[in-house]
Amino acid sequence: MIRLARRYRFSASHRLHSPALPEAANAELYGKCNNPCGHGHNYVLEVGLRGPLDEATGRVADVAALDRLVETKVLEKLRYRDLNREARQIAGEVPTTENLAAGIVRELSSWWPEFFPGPGPSLERVRICETPRNVIEEVVSR
Amino acid sequence: MLITRRAEFSASHACRQPARTDEENAALYGAEANPRGHGHNFVLDVTLEGEPDPLSGMVYDLKKLKEILQREVVDVFDHRFLNLEVPPFDRVVPTPENMAADIWRRLEPVLLGAGARLHAVRLAETEDLWVEYRGGAR
Repeated sequence: MIRLARRYRFSASHRLHSPALPEAANAELYGKCNNPCGHGHNYVLEVGLRGPLDEATGRVADVAALDRLVETKVLEKLRYRDLNREARQIAGEVPTTENLAAGIVRELSSWWPEFFPGPGPSLERVRICETPRNVIEEVVSR
Repeated sequence: MLITRRAEFSASHACRQPARTDEENAALYGAEANPRGHGHNFVLDVTLEGEPDPLSGMVYDLKKLKEILQREVVDVFDHRFLNLEVPPFDRVVPTPENMAADIWRRLEPVLLGAGARLHAVRLAETEDLWVEYRGGAR
């Protein structure tokens, strides 16, 4: 079993605000992330996979295929977007980093068989750094 | 408890299978297939697993681990063209996957019975791409 991870970057804006809560509760809960005008981050996305080593190629996965999957199904939909208005399908109603990670896992999982057909590598984890000090990881399979 | 020591080496490699054509290798490995080779500053993180010794308070002597990584890996790989100069990469494609597994095989016997167990070998080709091997099917 070999694990491989690849790091990607995208910039996007968001506002943390839950329609289920009153204004004051939102301000209290999300602090400056609740600013009505929104704000942005340089996100760092790490995608980890694992699988058996292909003896012929010496590889666990086609990195170019992983790049195409992440670029076309995730990054193109998030890069330079307003996550609240333009990327709700991935980022969720409240685009917290947690919801974003869960949405990216959903998106990658649903397209995975098309980009990695057969008994190839499986998606192991998605890690997002909203800032260098604010990191969320969703482990898909152990 | 896990402890990790980092070592770095710079080396060149070409990811290609001799039995395949240039076109096939380029389709499979992209720019990494250039037969003349290219280089990376590889970053190697070696992680050991064990319990801290009650007397020394250490899982493993990190000075000793540094010497082992230098002798078994850095002295062998640093400033070499892997395909030409470092077996088994005259026969085995020096992908980072194969390199990580090879480094595991070099380190495991040296660390065996040392009180700590080799847990993971993580090899980063660039800061945006790395592989990890934990031995066998783990």
